[in-house]
Amino acid sequence: MEKELRLMKGNEAIAEAAIRAGADGYFGYPITPQSEILEYLMEANPQVTTGMVVLQAESEVAAINMVYGGAACGKKVMTSSSSPGISLMQEGITYIAGAELPCLIVNVVRGGPGLGTIQPAQSDYFQATKGGGHGDYHLIVIAPSSVQEMADFVELAFDLAFKYRNPAMILSDGAIGQMMEKVWLKPPKKRSEEILPWATTGKPATREHNIITSLDLDSERQEKFNMKLIAKYREIEEKEVRFEEFMTDDAEYLFVAYGTSARICQKALQLARVEGIKAGLLRPITLFPYPKKRLNELADTVKGMLAVEMSAGQMVEDVMLSVNGKTRVGHYGRMGGMIPTPEEVVENLKSFIKG
Amino acid sequence: MAELTFNDIIKPENLTYTKSKLMTDNVMHYCPGCGHGTAHQVLAEVLEEENLQSKTIGITPVGCSVLMYNYIDIDFQEAAHGRAPALATAVKRLMPDKFVFTYQGDGDLAAIGTAETIHTCNRGENILILFINNGIYGMTGGQMAPTTLVGMKSSTSPYGRNVSTMGSPIKMADIIAMLPGTCYVTRQSVNTPLGARKLKRAIKKAVQYQNEKRGTCFIEVVSNCPSGWKMTPVESNKWMEENMFPFYPLGDIKVPEEK
Repeated sequence: MEKELRLMKGNEAIAEAAIRAGADGYFGYPITPQSEILEYLMEANPQVTTGMVVLQAESEVAAINMVYGGAACGKKVMTSSSSPGISLMQEGITYIAGAELPCLIVNVVRGGPGLGTIQPAQSDYFQATKGGGHGDYHLIVIAPSSVQEMADFVELAFDLAFKYRNPAMILSDGAIGQMMEKVWLKPPKKRSEEILPWATTGKPATREHNIITSLDLDSERQEKFNMKLIAKYREIEEKEVRFEEFMTDDAEYLFVAYGTSARICQKALQLARVEGIKAGLLRPITLFPYPKKRLNELADTVKGMLAVEMSAGQMVEDVMLSVNGKTRVGHYGRMGGMIPTPEEVVENLKSFIKG
Repeated sequence: MAELTFNDIIKPENLTYTKSKLMTDNVMHYCPGCGHGTAHQVLAEVLEEENLQSKTIGITPVGCSVLMYNYIDIDFQEAAHGRAPALATAVKRLMPDKFVFTYQGDGDLAAIGTAETIHTCNRGENILILFINNGIYGMTGGQMAPTTLVGMKSSTSPYGRNVSTMGSPIKMADIIAMLPGTCYVTRQSVNTPLGARKLKRAIKKAVQYQNEKRGTCFIEVVSNCPSGWKMTPVESNKWMEENMFPFYPLGDIKVPEEK
């Protein structure tokens, strides 16, 4: 099959891209605003075409542990949910990180805390990038800002997850999950039949038995394992940073925004330039690893940076850490499922400039 | 199930006891007199005799048997507390030709993992769940379990389990047997050679049913916890026979129709 152009919701694009990426299994539980992923997969019924397993679990807790079991067999497995469901999954996610298993977790974020709202938000940034569950660990976190990227990042996330034996997360939001755009879909890949040397696939006579665990009761060994994880995260920070820049060459003021907020800032910087403000935008694509170095460089040339995000101010802390006091950093955010307009972003940029 | 006859008992395979080739040389961490070691050995014997080493994926729980993967020479996954059936579900769905089992204690299976247990059995996943029920949380030092008997003392029921405030002990095997997804539900023991042989026969049946894709097999092993019960091994076995077996009677609860 050739690549194909379709009009799709972001959620549907993720589901279709997963089939085409050669995923072996999806395990999920319904929650708004991402239920279309499970619905689409159930209707597509890839079990009969590619052999991909699709299962509706009894809870998000079970779903993420099914992902654990599948990932431990070296299979390409994933789950998706939205904020309250992702909170439930945190136990499983930290076990997966601790067992160094590759998998994909999609969070189509909605407003919180608690049951919150079903409308889009970016208030799970801390949870996604700083840990979320217990213990010292990181996910690889990728933030799409279009339906096209919802599709493209499925394969990217799987590739990075397997490259580093680390869980990867697509951190999206209810707006990108629900909106429809045209999307180029890649030709389907065959599911891999490779047996990974570390996976639990039944012990042949030719190797020792494989044990997938996150437990080590010996503190000295456990600390060595922690150091190994940290070295892996440093390598990821060295090699896998992805971001996009808009009009940063002559920018005096820089928006820093990801996902839906980055789209709004693209419009806002045009409006600001009409008014004579030389605005630019840096859009982090990977949230872990974060584009710290590039922001630190830009801090030498701009007069200030305004982090725009649909939260009370979470990513802005990484902007501050990146520039380390070299330039002024401000924050503008809407919460509770409210999405800022480009006009109000420009107004806030003006008051930020005034100081 | 019918009792073993004299002729069954004197069969050669029942007369010799040797360590299964699948048991490793690692020193077990289990307390003296604990039933886990025997249950491991019986399971390993079946895996060895059925030639399943290269086909088996075991899922270990959180609890005393968390380190079971050190003792049997097969591939293992170590689950979070209570989640073993969810892992096993995915393993079996993704690799239907493998033999997949979970090994879980009462806190793991009947308290924190109740939802996973019920729904895995209700979906009729083609796996074996081996449930070791000793009525106490052994690893954390003897706290009350969902299967702790009424009046039984533990570190969190120091005056005995009180039904009005702590609820009644839960009979998981009987609940599980009601689910259409299960094909074989039985309750066994390992405190006597006869009990161990019956358990072995039950596990062999579970292997057969899993091969035939007949649904979930659930084998409960009513066992002891000398340390948690604060008894000698001999006392604990006597106490188990006098108190646990009347409440958790041994034998088959559900058997599939023979083909």
